[in-house]
Amino acid sequence: MIRFVATRLFAIVPVLLVVAVAVFLMLRLTPGDPAAVIAGDSATSEQIEQIRAGLGLDKPITTQFVIWFSGVLRGDLGESFFFKRTVASLIAQRVEPTLALALCTIVLAIVVAVPLGVLAAWRHGGWLDRALMGFSTLGFSIPVFVLGYLLIWLVSIKLQWLPVQGYRRLEEGLWPFFKHLILPSITLSVIYIALIARVTRASVAEALTEDYVRTARAKGLPELAVVIRHALANAAVPIVTVIGIGLALLIGGVVVTESVYSIPGLGRLTVDAVLARDFPTIQGVILLFSVAYVLINLLVDLSYLVLDPRIRY
Amino acid sequence: MMLHLGAWLLLATLVASHPHASAQVIRMAPQSNLTVLDPGWTTAYITRNHGYMIYDTLFGMDGKGKIQPQMVDRWSMSKDKRVWSFTLRDGLAFHDGKPVTGEDVIASLSRWSKRDAMGERLYSFVDKVEADGAKGFRMTLREPYGLVLESLGKPSSYVPFIMPKRVADTPADKQISEYVGSGPFVFAKDEWKPGEKVVYLKNTRYRPRSEPASGTAGGKVVKVDKVEWLIIKDAQTQANALAAGEIDMIETPAFEIYESLKKNPQVQIVNTVPLGYQAMIRFNHLHPPFDNAKVRQAAMAALNQPAFLRTQVGVSELYRTCFSIYPCKTPYESGKGMDFIAKPDMKRAQQLLKESGYDGTPIVIMQPSDLLVIAKLPVVGAQLLRHAGFKVDLQAMDWQTLLARRAKKDPPLKGGWNVFFTVWASVDAMLPVGMNAVNANCDKAWFGWPCDPTLENLLASFARTEDDKERRSLAEQVQVRAMEIGTHAPLGEYLIPVAARKNLKGFVTGYVSVMWNLTKQ
Repeated sequence: MIRFVATRLFAIVPVLLVVAVAVFLMLRLTPGDPAAVIAGDSATSEQIEQIRAGLGLDKPITTQFVIWFSGVLRGDLGESFFFKRTVASLIAQRVEPTLALALCTIVLAIVVAVPLGVLAAWRHGGWLDRALMGFSTLGFSIPVFVLGYLLIWLVSIKLQWLPVQGYRRLEEGLWPFFKHLILPSITLSVIYIALIARVTRASVAEALTEDYVRTARAKGLPELAVVIRHALANAAVPIVTVIGIGLALLIGGVVVTESVYSIPGLGRLTVDAVLARDFPTIQGVILLFSVAYVLINLLVDLSYLVLDPRIRY
Repeated sequence: MMLHLGAWLLLATLVASHPHASAQVIRMAPQSNLTVLDPGWTTAYITRNHGYMIYDTLFGMDGKGKIQPQMVDRWSMSKDKRVWSFTLRDGLAFHDGKPVTGEDVIASLSRWSKRDAMGERLYSFVDKVEADGAKGFRMTLREPYGLVLESLGKPSSYVPFIMPKRVADTPADKQISEYVGSGPFVFAKDEWKPGEKVVYLKNTRYRPRSEPASGTAGGKVVKVDKVEWLIIKDAQTQANALAAGEIDMIETPAFEIYESLKKNPQVQIVNTVPLGYQAMIRFNHLHPPFDNAKVRQAAMAALNQPAFLRTQVGVSELYRTCFSIYPCKTPYESGKGMDFIAKPDMKRAQQLLKESGYDGTPIVIMQPSDLLVIAKLPVVGAQLLRHAGFKVDLQAMDWQTLLARRAKKDPPLKGGWNVFFTVWASVDAMLPVGMNAVNANCDKAWFGWPCDPTLENLLASFARTEDDKERRSLAEQVQVRAMEIGTHAPLGEYLIPVAARKNLKGFVTGYVSVMWNLTKQ
């Protein structure tokens, strides 16, 4: 297993290299010029040229790549064209809100979706199953921003229970931290609840038809133990896979929620950087996402060892 | 090094002396994210506004459009109008505790003159600028120049902000990395979270002028302890945060949320920039068909200001037609030479286009679909130009792509363009000199690159004269000539008032959004 983990960790290097080259080239081939963005609406072509030279964008692409990638190899992601801050410090500032939101969302989604999915599978075809699946379809269909605005209107403006927007860091206190995360997490978790509940339902429903479940029931085991210990445990692999994919998607996919609730996370940083053509920041964030995806996939793969003793690496 | 350390300790003490326990804080959602902190590096209005927070200016423009002294205490001009002497007010100091000197002013103006069109023009007349004692400086001109004070007191980008010499000595093509001014607020760099919030603390050492605040002139009295700019990009979230009292004001609320804000009893709408913003169409003079003046005139004859304004703004109290290249209600407003714009005539447009020999080549109009404040203008423009007989290729793109593309001089089929639309603060169009759109110095002109010696001569004459009557006449001639050659065409004016909680008082009316004089009751 150690060899498997080492191989997978080593695989990060070529992944990063491919991502680095692809992102670097794509950004240079995409229309848009950071110098023109920085210069502003009233600047002249001459001023834009001055800024371009100041940023080193007048150098050949290969030279720019060598300068940037040699920095990456030394652990230096470069400096934002705009903020005059290192990309690493910008990312560090944005990681906590995104991680906090992603973790709260996924925990909420698991806590709600898995029991719902199991219940739906247990009462397969009954009214509870149909109601839960109806809810699941609604969860898939309702756009995040619509749900977000509805919750804000009701909970924050009418009832004044929770703040409309913003983020408080953990160091500012546990309650302010959670208070600002409750609505965004609920908003974002709905679609994941729908997804995980559906997968759980399908997997558990299939497991419940297996011979070992029939045997367990024949042995006189209580129904709860049959469903949890035998059906759910054996249905866990696809559920964990979906949760893993969900978590990976969440880290880069919280843009709309971050915008609606004005949370200064990685999603907003990425969008702002793309819109401003802040090349070093985009490159840094995408490299980070790549590493995160590889590590999450590795963790999911390792979890199979625990969940399914038949799997060996 | 020790001096620097001492200065920073002083700054730390100055900041630490604030009564945090009962600090009065104004929280504002600014017009956009503050990305560039160097007001000499970008013309972006958000950076200009940041400049007004932490820097001071030699002169300001009051609410009536008059240039008034700000950092300057007194000044004089020699009889031959070539030597200008300025003395700074007593007690001016940078945030690091060092006094503001003539050397600081000279370095700041020198850097500004390398970036700003008006500064560049002023410095083309300057023979030398020298320090005159600790608090003074003397500007010697090669020949008299009529816009010395107007240049030093210009209220919009690039504003001649005064920085310490060591900062202002940064080459004009490099960003400054130290943000120390002598203005009414201190930039709290440690609390700045890019893309999240910008924090300014009251500069307790600042000595405001005794006159009441007006425009960018008068006493910049700070009545709160702290100002926070919270970067909230979503317009609806801004409105929700204002309604819930989480922020105190929205600098530029979106037109779409204007009516709902107006109906909120806890919210006031304050028009702090009465001149508003001017929308315009810009033609590329380098390539067919707009290299032909008659084609440009045909296009102008087809444009219809009410159609643009109705579609783009929608709220009738927030827009007005204005048939002048200078903003309406400003000294040089005139209707002369504006027939094409004032009396749109589709038949005339079609006739002019026919006479021009237009061969049906598609014209590329760039549409910035993500910049909501102008996104609809190109759609209306495309439709009107189609009616006039143009074959239109309306290309949607994001604003950043447009910014990069419009700087290209290539033909439209090779990545260039024919037409774009934009909007700018009307204050930027108050004077013919400094209004980018009328510069007609070919390659050095603003995007579109009109080339017309007659117009350039008129601008030069305007810059030289000090006689008000002659200036008015020259401004009118500039307008007539600009319309003859079709540098651009104004499409009307918008207002973007501030939305604020009703407990916020003391808004200063002028040309830019300023945070001094505000109280939170």
